Amino acid sequence: MSPIFYILAALTIGGGLAAVLLKHLVHCALAVTVAFAGLALLFLQLDAQFAGFAQILVYIGAVAILIVFAILLTRGSELPKGGVFSPTWLVGLVIAAGVFAVLGWAVIQSVRTVPQQITVPTVTVKDIGNALVGRYVLPLEIVALLLTAATIGAVIVAMHQKEGPR
Amino acid sequence: MTGFASPLAGYLLVAALLFAIGLAGALTRRNAILVLIGIELMLNAANLNLIAFWRFGPHPEALTGMMFAIFSIAVAAAEAAVGLGLVISIYRHTSTTELDKINRLKG
Repeated sequence: MSPIFYILAALTIGGGLAAVLLKHLVHCALAVTVAFAGLALLFLQLDAQFAGFAQILVYIGAVAILIVFAILLTRGSELPKGGVFSPTWLVGLVIAAGVFAVLGWAVIQSVRTVPQQITVPTVTVKDIGNALVGRYVLPLEIVALLLTAATIGAVIVAMHQKEGPR
Repeated sequence: MTGFASPLAGYLLVAALLFAIGLAGALTRRNAILVLIGIELMLNAANLNLIAFWRFGPHPEALTGMMFAIFSIAVAAAEAAVGLGLVISIYRHTSTTELDKINRLKG
């Protein structure tokens, strides 16, 4: 394990924790952007250059901006009166801790039996492009259709309705 | 390279911790946008798992985990767009994004 991994893991986990714990929604959006950036750097550390740069483009470039837009359009930057956590926060925390305990136990128990590739895989962007238009062309088309439908659907859902009962 | 010190276990533990943080955020926060942020964190943790298994798996040239992660990123982008559009639409009807105040289906 290299020290770079520990730095990037601390950055990602810290960003995620801050996103969940901070009070102001704008601060949460900034913290989750840090977590997305840390994940992109972890992808690069895992020799997955294409996924890393796709992560930067899609998450930091699009999703973070969408979240900031939604916060500003809904006046979410104002602090709520009754606190930021729900009344049943303890139950949620216990469930999340239980999930982490089970996942961590499973990882530590099973990772000895998994074969590990130590050599760096030589996969270029050209290979990924060839696979996308070759073997994976049907999923690519389905994702294109899904993105079109989601874009139109998001616009229709969020469109201002001038008439009709409220 | 076995046990706790192996690289794959490190990445999987980071992903598990990030998933648990996202789940805690989605379950404990009152604001709908924060719940969506938690869901995004969980999706990202799953992507990290896929990429880590692709990197340390026996056949990285087959590109299976990589492709799964790329399609997962695309689907997550679509989910974020629709989810935030829904939040804005609900806010226009009820003037709040706090989930415990949104308690009726008829707008």
